[in-house]
Amino acid sequence: MASVQPIRPPRVEPVGIHSHAIDNLRFIRETMERAGSFTAVPGWGGFAMGVVALPVTWLGSRQTTAEAWLWTWLLGGLLAVAIGAVALNYKAGKAHVSLLSGPARKFALSFAPPLIVGALLTAFLYRANLTGMIPGIWLLLFGTGGVTGGAFSVRIVPVMGLGFMALGAVALFCPPQWGSLFLAAGFGGLHMLFGVVIARKFGG
Amino acid sequence: MGNAPVVKGGGPVPDFDRLIHERLRLGIVSALAANDTLTFNELKKLLKTTDGNLSVHARKLEEATYIACQKSFAGRMPKTEYRLTEEGRRALGRYLDHMEALIQAMRDR
Repeated sequence: MASVQPIRPPRVEPVGIHSHAIDNLRFIRETMERAGSFTAVPGWGGFAMGVVALPVTWLGSRQTTAEAWLWTWLLGGLLAVAIGAVALNYKAGKAHVSLLSGPARKFALSFAPPLIVGALLTAFLYRANLTGMIPGIWLLLFGTGGVTGGAFSVRIVPVMGLGFMALGAVALFCPPQWGSLFLAAGFGGLHMLFGVVIARKFGG
Repeated sequence: MGNAPVVKGGGPVPDFDRLIHERLRLGIVSALAANDTLTFNELKKLLKTTDGNLSVHARKLEEATYIACQKSFAGRMPKTEYRLTEEGRRALGRYLDHMEALIQAMRDR
């Protein structure tokens, strides 16, 4: 026997107009976040980071042990990161761009993994007494971060990343003694070159 | 019928813009508000829609002068680029005001 079905479907509570309004605002915000790119990449900050790499190269070349050379570059790297962070914060503030916005988060989340891998590989290569490979690995992974993070930023960022990757690839197959020169060319030269281009084309 | 919502400043809410209210058209305008220009393919990918659907809705926005379209060639491939006009930016602003006023009106009840 067939079951008894109501002729009219049960009444569905109408959705309030303000719920539609909230939903529409959410849709606009999400669409703008998805469509937007992270434009607060600091050009002059990148240039300053490049300038830091030059004295670090000179200081590194004067060290007599691999450990001292590594510490020189790590401290130089920390200084460069601090300069970059200040410049990034300044440019984002000037452009009224939140560093917690969708594009900024996507940029950071895509940029970070290669750097974390780089840190782990540095520890491994140092313990395995393979410090000669570190410059090539650093350049390759920093470049990879530039390419992956740059997918959510202005187009010049992934191009810069490719430059670092190319330099890193060459460094891996060159004599380890040339490592500092490759680091100077990448973290110094490429940062200064692309820093100026980004600053002039993308507002500082 | 309830009172018409008012904007924060106390004035009446601007007329409801049905042209921009449609979901895909709202998506086009919002995406272009976050970028100087977007190509047809970028918009299609971003809004997960079809060629036909996007071109129909983009045409309506173009006719209302909310967006401007520029066609060119990238090599041998045709390239269609869209940008938001000042009129379109103002329309999005009015629409946002309207939505906020509706929410505010419900909260004030």
